[in-house]
Amino acid sequence: MNLRDYLVPHHIEECLDMLSGWEGRGRLVAGGTDLVSNLEYGKAHAETLIDISSMEDLMGFEIQDHELVIRAGTTHGQISADPRIRQLWPALAKACGSVGSPQIRNVATLAGNVVNAQPAADSAVALVALGAQAEILSPGARRLEPIENLYQGLGQSTIDSSREILVTLRVPVPGEGEVNVYGRISPRNSLCLPIVNAALSLKTMAGKVLSGRIAMGPVSDRPFRPSRAEAALQGLALHDREALSEVGRIAGEEANPRDSCLRGCSDYRRQLLRVLIRTLLEDAVSRAAKEA
Amino acid sequence: MMKSLIFTLNGDEIRVEVEPGELLLDVLRRRLFLTGTKKGCGEGECGACTVLLDGKPVLSCLLPAMKAQGRVVTTIEGLGNEQRLDPVQESFLEKGAVQCGFCTPGMVLSSKSLLDHQSTPSEEEIKQALSGHLCRCTGYVQILEAVQDAAEKMSRTSRAPA
Repeated sequence: MNLRDYLVPHHIEECLDMLSGWEGRGRLVAGGTDLVSNLEYGKAHAETLIDISSMEDLMGFEIQDHELVIRAGTTHGQISADPRIRQLWPALAKACGSVGSPQIRNVATLAGNVVNAQPAADSAVALVALGAQAEILSPGARRLEPIENLYQGLGQSTIDSSREILVTLRVPVPGEGEVNVYGRISPRNSLCLPIVNAALSLKTMAGKVLSGRIAMGPVSDRPFRPSRAEAALQGLALHDREALSEVGRIAGEEANPRDSCLRGCSDYRRQLLRVLIRTLLEDAVSRAAKEA
Repeated sequence: MMKSLIFTLNGDEIRVEVEPGELLLDVLRRRLFLTGTKKGCGEGECGACTVLLDGKPVLSCLLPAMKAQGRVVTTIEGLGNEQRLDPVQESFLEKGAVQCGFCTPGMVLSSKSLLDHQSTPSEEEIKQALSGHLCRCTGYVQILEAVQDAAEKMSRTSRAPA
């Protein structure tokens, strides 16, 4: 990488000052596993990198009363290995454990996966299904936005990491009767992008689904929520296997996967999605039954 | 503008002047002549460039060298020497887990990190720990056996009376 400088701020204010000082020519880096490769191959440009991965303000995560707060320096490895997260947010733990390889997960961050804005990003797909929000700081301003609103075209985030910083991801704590699951279909288990992936979270009560959120990738320019399939979930009886299968069919119909020489043709991927969503719904329903 | 990088490399604190955008892989191989760390794909897909950063495996081809500032890096040269091999290296030799040898330094380092954190890993845990490494000679079975053998050796040593 051809850089003019490599800076390591100690706190968030210093970081924002550095970004302002470089007037859009500096760029934040956390794990850097995507950014470094993009800079090396000319797919991204920056004159300096501002490394936030060792800033104490941005390290680790904590479970508060109503939400899990994941700071920007938190790696996929940390999230996937944590027993409390595996118990409360199995979708997120499993999605994080599916990213890249152990070496990648030891440095790559969830915040980076969101800002990189790839529609196949496992952790971002899970975060969307879980209704997570991102806290973003810029000089003199703070905003909180649902993850799904942070996309503006393929690989394009609304977050400008040369001027602002995603500081935390905030995931609601599941209430009673709420379950979440994640799955992916890929040719290999490691070092492999998914042909399709999906996460869902269901609110259930008295043997019925009250509501559900489904996120799927890579079938659009962002983690995609099939609105008709989500509507079909409402009021569905947990034991009604045929209805679950129908939700999978609708979700597959709503998705718009591209023909891909790496991932298979569109029809094939749509078919896989139907099966994946049905399987995940069955998994979620059996978890809900166990909890009831 | 060159940057001063100070870190612990294979047990010794060192200082080296690096370009701001230089990758750890290039600093190790070109400035410090530690060529045991291999450059395979250069894109984070093969695992040949794996080193340990604070004891955890990372890909040096995707790591800006400045990320090592103040931290502890272990390369294959830091594990053992010809007189005294690390148990993982010994087992790789004994089980024939080396063919062309290009993936070996990375495989050995990920195995070492696994065994440092989990002394009796299951077969699945070993496969998981090595899942970020490709062996183009496809000698995976012997590599798995070598890690199991090293785990046994290390647990025998730790059980032996002082």
